[in-house]
Amino acid sequence: MRHLPWIVFAVVGAFALSVIATERGEPINALWIVTAAVCIFLVAYRYYALYIAKHVMRLDPSRPTPALRRADGLDYVATEKTVLFGHHFAAIAGAGPLVGPVLAAQMGYLPGTLWILAGVVLAGAVQDFMVLFISMRRDGRSLGELVRMEMGAAAGTIALFGTLMIMIILLAVLALIVVKALAESPWGMFTVAATVPLAMAMGAYARWIRPGKVGEVSLIGFVGLILAIIYGQQIAASPVWGPIFTFTPVQLCWLLIGYGAVASVLPVWLLLAPRDYLSTFLKIGAIAALALCIVIMAPPLRMPALTQFVDGSGPVWAGTLFPFLFITIACGAVSGFHSLIASGTTPKLIASEAHAPFIGYGAMLMEAFVAVMALVGASILDPGIYFAMNSPAAVLGPDAASAAAAVTNMGFPITADALTQAAKDVGEATIISRTGGAPTLAVAMAEIFSHVIGGPGMKAFWYHFAILFEALFILTAVDAGTRAGRFMLQDLIGLVAPRFRDTNALAPGLVATGLCVAGWGFFLYQGVTDPLGGVNTLWPVFGISNQMLAAMALMFCTAVLFRMKRERYAWVTAIPTAWLLICTVSAGWLKLFSPDPKIGFLSHAAKFSEAAARGEVLAPAKSMAEMDRIIFNDRIDAALCALFLAVVLSLLFFAVKTCIAARRSSEPTAREIPASAVPAE
Amino acid sequence: MRGFLARLRETAHLMVGLPSYAAYLRHMAERHPERTPMSEPEFFRDRQEARYGGKNGGRCC
Repeated sequence: MRHLPWIVFAVVGAFALSVIATERGEPINALWIVTAAVCIFLVAYRYYALYIAKHVMRLDPSRPTPALRRADGLDYVATEKTVLFGHHFAAIAGAGPLVGPVLAAQMGYLPGTLWILAGVVLAGAVQDFMVLFISMRRDGRSLGELVRMEMGAAAGTIALFGTLMIMIILLAVLALIVVKALAESPWGMFTVAATVPLAMAMGAYARWIRPGKVGEVSLIGFVGLILAIIYGQQIAASPVWGPIFTFTPVQLCWLLIGYGAVASVLPVWLLLAPRDYLSTFLKIGAIAALALCIVIMAPPLRMPALTQFVDGSGPVWAGTLFPFLFITIACGAVSGFHSLIASGTTPKLIASEAHAPFIGYGAMLMEAFVAVMALVGASILDPGIYFAMNSPAAVLGPDAASAAAAVTNMGFPITADALTQAAKDVGEATIISRTGGAPTLAVAMAEIFSHVIGGPGMKAFWYHFAILFEALFILTAVDAGTRAGRFMLQDLIGLVAPRFRDTNALAPGLVATGLCVAGWGFFLYQGVTDPLGGVNTLWPVFGISNQMLAAMALMFCTAVLFRMKRERYAWVTAIPTAWLLICTVSAGWLKLFSPDPKIGFLSHAAKFSEAAARGEVLAPAKSMAEMDRIIFNDRIDAALCALFLAVVLSLLFFAVKTCIAARRSSEPTAREIPASAVPAE
Repeated sequence: MRGFLARLRETAHLMVGLPSYAAYLRHMAERHPERTPMSEPEFFRDRQEARYGGKNGGRCC
């Protein structure tokens, strides 16, 4: 009898999914996707997560967690289950699950939906949950330390190096998204710029006037934000102020690099912490509001279930459905970055092992739900508008008429007037080729929010609200990520030059910060000046690296299961590992060696260098200097792909070696803290 | 049972890395009654530094 409600969920979910998968011609309602997702997640949690907890991990609620063993009231605090769920979810949810699905919508809503649903249940949530479990049994150590403990020092160093590279690419991609969203948009730029003095005022308030009153200071900040959005419209329209806040992508790129360098050495209470309050609460609030408004509005999906671009000819990103869809939607289905969060603060706060499924598996299901909403958002837009916003300028031509003609030619009829009107509705000069996913999502959110509050007149406000919400937490991530990258770099350089490890010394800190900013700044500049729009090139590299980190984390989990002598359950992590390896290695290989210059970096470089040798300038380059830059960028990207492949394959070697050694041993060799260990004082 | 609002407040605080000050005081009173606990502003600054200044700065994509 106790299975009855779950059977009902399973039947409803299966029915909703069959509606999504079989309906052709007629536009279906977004609620079918939402219903299918919710039902599948509930059933997966009730059966698969609890199966893993009971049989694979054998969680033991009586075993003291780090929060109990090492309780200090600061880092190690036994925390209530729902409170910790909020903390963990806020730490894992970022821009990734919002952007990836928007880009993936170029193939229609069906492939993306199916991958998010299957990916999260079998891979993403399993990874988060397993890493949380492993870290929880080892005093809440971080992923790098855990790999070193269980797989040896060499594997640990490779993992740390891989993580740093991924961090740098991630920061470049995030910064690129901000550049794409704010370029030539004085309204957006003003509101984002206003957050800097606003955050500083909040920082001073929380430091000296009312220390620790986070709620109060956040409320003040929130009012400031809303005022900035409201006045931003007049600033943008003003003949004096408008041009001051209008920047070209290249100018914005340098501004961001300078900002990153300065912000990451300022004291944390001044800018980073207060802005983090704003961005965290805004993020959670906006996600909740989006869910609510989608349910109220119940919009039909206007994007087809499948577009002709599954063959790899799409304008948003190049490549066929396999393997490129599976790296385009990284976060939301499975995200390697979460393995760092699940081995961060969460394992130190968990009060009982019995809470781990809800927090580890459950929070990731929630993130997948965010990804589903982003996909729904992109799919409720007129496909003509979607492709006009997300295709490179090189495809769309100079103005609304040429863009409308190009998109109509793709098979998605739209008029130039409709494009101009859509831009006017959201208070922008143009929406043509606003790539990067964030502007598209903002248009969708404006559509959804204005349906519930304010009507069409409020669209421009909601659009800039959405842009601000995305830019705010991306900037926080850039700032925090640069700091984290600095410490990783100091750790790595410290392996050869131990003096570099001193995190309190000034010079090593500044050098490491400089290197980190230069690293992501290089890729950002490359992306901004890329004639194809940058996102086209950088997003796949980011997707590959993030999924490779996930593959590495899952390989590590598999090795630990072998060392626990639970290899009969190793399929739980080995199957998603195999799938991710197949996707990332073949995507990485294609990015390197595909003979199609639209996909392969090396063949693209070859095509351009042959032309350059003949003295020819190929579009989209306009001069020989641009030709040289394209060739150079291609080679750097190719080297990066090769590096990622080498990292993941060498970790595979160490994982296999560890598993074989563990099989030979008759005793478990995993280095857990024994259940009976006395609490440390 | 604690009120829903109190729990919501605690969740919001922990989302930005600020653990419960009351729990900290309880811990100090139980385990280290001989030491003087940090005042609330000190506690706030200590946690802020720990969240952002240390190695826990990684935020997700």
